[in-house]
Amino acid sequence: MTRLGSSRLARGLVTAAGLVIVWQLIVTLGGLPPYILPAPLEVALEWVERREVIVHHGLITAAEILLGLVFGTALGTISALIIAFSRPARRWLMPVLIVSQAIPVFALAPLLVLWLGYGMVSKVAMATLIIYFPVTAAFLDGLRRTEPGWLDLAKTMTDGVLTGGRQRLSILFRLRVPAALPALASGLRVAAAFAPIGAVVGEWVGSSGGLGFLMLHANGRMQTDLMFAALLTLAVFSLLLWFSLDAALRRALPWQPDTHPDEKE
Amino acid sequence: MLQATAADQTDQNSADRPHGGPPSVSLHAERLAFDGVALFEALDVALEAGRITCLLGPSGVGKSTLLRLLAGLTEPAPGDRLTCGDGLPLAGRVAYMDQRDLLLPWLSVLDNVTIGARLRGMAADTDRAAELLERVGLAGRERDRPAALSGGMRQRVALARTLMEDRPVVLMDEPFSSLDAVTRYRLQGLAASLLKDRTVLLVTHDPNEAIRLGHNLHVMAGRPAVLDRAMTLPGAPPRDPTDPALIPVQRELMARLGLAERGG
Repeated sequence: MTRLGSSRLARGLVTAAGLVIVWQLIVTLGGLPPYILPAPLEVALEWVERREVIVHHGLITAAEILLGLVFGTALGTISALIIAFSRPARRWLMPVLIVSQAIPVFALAPLLVLWLGYGMVSKVAMATLIIYFPVTAAFLDGLRRTEPGWLDLAKTMTDGVLTGGRQRLSILFRLRVPAALPALASGLRVAAAFAPIGAVVGEWVGSSGGLGFLMLHANGRMQTDLMFAALLTLAVFSLLLWFSLDAALRRALPWQPDTHPDEKE
Repeated sequence: MLQATAADQTDQNSADRPHGGPPSVSLHAERLAFDGVALFEALDVALEAGRITCLLGPSGVGKSTLLRLLAGLTEPAPGDRLTCGDGLPLAGRVAYMDQRDLLLPWLSVLDNVTIGARLRGMAADTDRAAELLERVGLAGRERDRPAALSGGMRQRVALARTLMEDRPVVLMDEPFSSLDAVTRYRLQGLAASLLKDRTVLLVTHDPNEAIRLGHNLHVMAGRPAVLDRAMTLPGAPPRDPTDPALIPVQRELMARLGLAERGG
């Protein structure tokens, strides 16, 4: 496991180094001026010089992303449970769910800023909205695909003891929910990749802080090196978020191992 | 012995058995059609109290459907009648065992065995579950996940889970058909002793299994399917299939299954 983890880390570092080399080659061979594409070293120096500003705005964006993940996951999970449990809710909420996905969340960003202000709330709302659908859809899909044999077994075990809603509630929480956790985990992985997009788009539309704000600000002043420093910070944070979530989910769901032969040690 | 210990404990199902013994069960299925073709019409099945009734027949004849009707897993059609000899409803008195082990992969072996009580929102009797696991030869494997077990072991866990339910009526749909011959033979012996004094319906493809385990044998065949008169077997299961006294029974069953060698 550690051997596998360290080799993965090594591969990641090699890939990153390769990208930096390509980047430097484009700058050197293309003769591009720094305000179009700054060299990696310039960006690194800029990061060190402006680290306090970057960290300050980075923490704002990180908080927006994490809060968005928490709220989006909570809302999505609860919606999926309600839709899975109640037939009327399924009839009424499913169309709403589909419509909510038909409206591009990016188009809502200016409205959210108008309604919720330039602060963090509108960005958290944006990140929440963008991950709500993938989480709900993935979990609901899992809840609907419970192995029919398990449901048969659970029915014979509870018939005559529990009835109606109590029976379905018990089967939902003791059987269908645990069976759907791997599907929910897939939704969460998508959510972890999408949440930063939501937060940064929200910041672009109107904000007083965050990495998106910093990038827009730097762009307006042709501080391309600062823009890149902020962008890389965001990328590194998103990667860390995704990999730590992935590792946590693997640890939490050990009965759902990778079955693809390449993923095995 | 198992019955006695079960009755001593405050088990969730003991209240369902005011008269003590397992009930006889009879089912009248009015009609079952599949894609417009009648699988069976006006079919009657009777399960003798405390006996193992085996149901044989070709695939797709409707054996599993009949079992699912008894288990309450298929909505009864108008005219279907399901009655127990003691006049009480059958729901809540049935344990069901499938061809697949249906173990939940996220639960330990022990938690799989006790899943019924937890689904009913009651405390699980882990001592009894451990005792049953010991009887099916899986002592020490309580903490393992199903993925760590072989197919035969998993089916033994499924058998322990079925018995943990401690229901007077047990419905089994080809419970041992996915196992290798040796494991199957051992599990049949185990099942026969553990299912003693319960009303059992065993759906099977295997004539040897039926002869080894059944008190009463039925062959279901034809379209629409009909059930023949029960063959009642001598002696108590598990029977030794090499017993020469069983040869006439085997011949008779083969004939009923349409497998008799002509001129042989």
